Amino acid sequence: MTQWIDAAAMDDIEDEDVMRFDHDGRTFAIYRVNDAVYASDGLCTHEHVHLSDGFVMDHVIECPKHNGRFDIRDGRPLCAPVCEKLRTYPAKVEDGRIFIEV
Amino acid sequence: MDSEQAQGAAARDGYRDYRLIGGAGERAKASGLVNADWYKCAVPRPVMKSLMQRGDARAIRDTLLWYASIIASGVLAWLAWQAHSLWAIPAFLLYGTLYCSPADSRWHESGHGTAFKTSWMNKALYQFASFQVFRRPTIWRWSHARHHTDTLVVGRDREIAVPLPTDWLSLALNVFALKHAAGEVPKIVSSAFGNIGDEEKTYVPESEWPKVILEARVTLAIYAAVIGACFVSHSILPLLYIGLPSLYGAWLYLFFGLTQHAGMPENVLDHRKNCRTVMMNPVFRFLYLNMNYHVEHHMFPMVPYYALPRLHEAVKHDMPPPYTSTIAAYAEIIPALVRQTRDPSYHVERPMPAATQA
Repeated sequence: MTQWIDAAAMDDIEDEDVMRFDHDGRTFAIYRVNDAVYASDGLCTHEHVHLSDGFVMDHVIECPKHNGRFDIRDGRPLCAPVCEKLRTYPAKVEDGRIFIEV
Repeated sequence: MDSEQAQGAAARDGYRDYRLIGGAGERAKASGLVNADWYKCAVPRPVMKSLMQRGDARAIRDTLLWYASIIASGVLAWLAWQAHSLWAIPAFLLYGTLYCSPADSRWHESGHGTAFKTSWMNKALYQFASFQVFRRPTIWRWSHARHHTDTLVVGRDREIAVPLPTDWLSLALNVFALKHAAGEVPKIVSSAFGNIGDEEKTYVPESEWPKVILEARVTLAIYAAVIGACFVSHSILPLLYIGLPSLYGAWLYLFFGLTQHAGMPENVLDHRKNCRTVMMNPVFRFLYLNMNYHVEHHMFPMVPYYALPRLHEAVKHDMPPPYTSTIAAYAEIIPALVRQTRDPSYHVERPMPAATQA
């Protein structure tokens, strides 16, 4: 059973950036790129590192610890040391708020 | 942590503790040293975001300059060789040093993917630089990830340059990368036949093994071609240009590299304690791609080399004072290594900023 969760205000995230969102004991990363929003698990699949401290370039998030990269649109790993896909979640904007479906 | 470290050093089983299999890794894990949270200086997100920005121009310029200097020194060496002049010796030393030693920092920066903005450029430079510095590209990419996760954690980090007690013979051999090459050659040959070492299997995932094997085969094919060219031409010249520079040109990267961690404490979770930031002159910084800002690099590896001086300014209030020169760093390193020859529990202690002393 999935539900849409109110995660943040659009203004909470700068363009081409990422923020951390914790909900129900889980941690997520919310991205804003060219006014579109995306969401993924908050931890890198390589090691226990929060992606919210990472760097967003276009539609790529780079892990702050080992520089592994994922495509934030589908979670594809793009370069070592990440090999495992990142789980992504549908995200949308309504009335200036970002919702993610978890 | 310091008392635990002293106990750990006292309980050492010599160099065996450094092995990734059967070494001190399990004890480190039990002590919470593995994949742990490390101290980070506070940097406002907008500042960090600006420091992380990538571009291609600076790295293209630096790469072209580097290869141009290799070619120019190579031509000089060739002219001296043709003239049967003894000047061929320093000319080849210059060529080999430029071929090999800056390849270490290029290998490092492109391995992090921070040199260029364009991904394929990082990947291409990584392969060339790995070859020039005689490292197996995929193996060393993963070992370096481990180095960043567990920096100087005994039994976990395979990139500890000076295991304790100090082994001066190994250090002397590595002035010409002889110990390094003696370790790499059998592993490259073995990988070319499809084998991945047991230790390597502990940090390189299985999905990467085919790459390791392919790279080993390509590497051997290149060296076979160079050695073949020596036989055909009845001259050592081809090997003096490709292959041997990875040995006779290695001294400078050892000289730079020892400033990073030599003499510093093992098994601590604060890069300010186990890394050095050393002020270097512009020539050294070009050759070393600003890796002299080593505390900053370890704390924030996603900051490209050209932004490290700015990062240094942003965090210096929360850092130990940097070493004022390479000489100042060696004035500490050499006595520390001498003392660690007979007392492996000794290590350098850096003055921590009062506000953040742990």
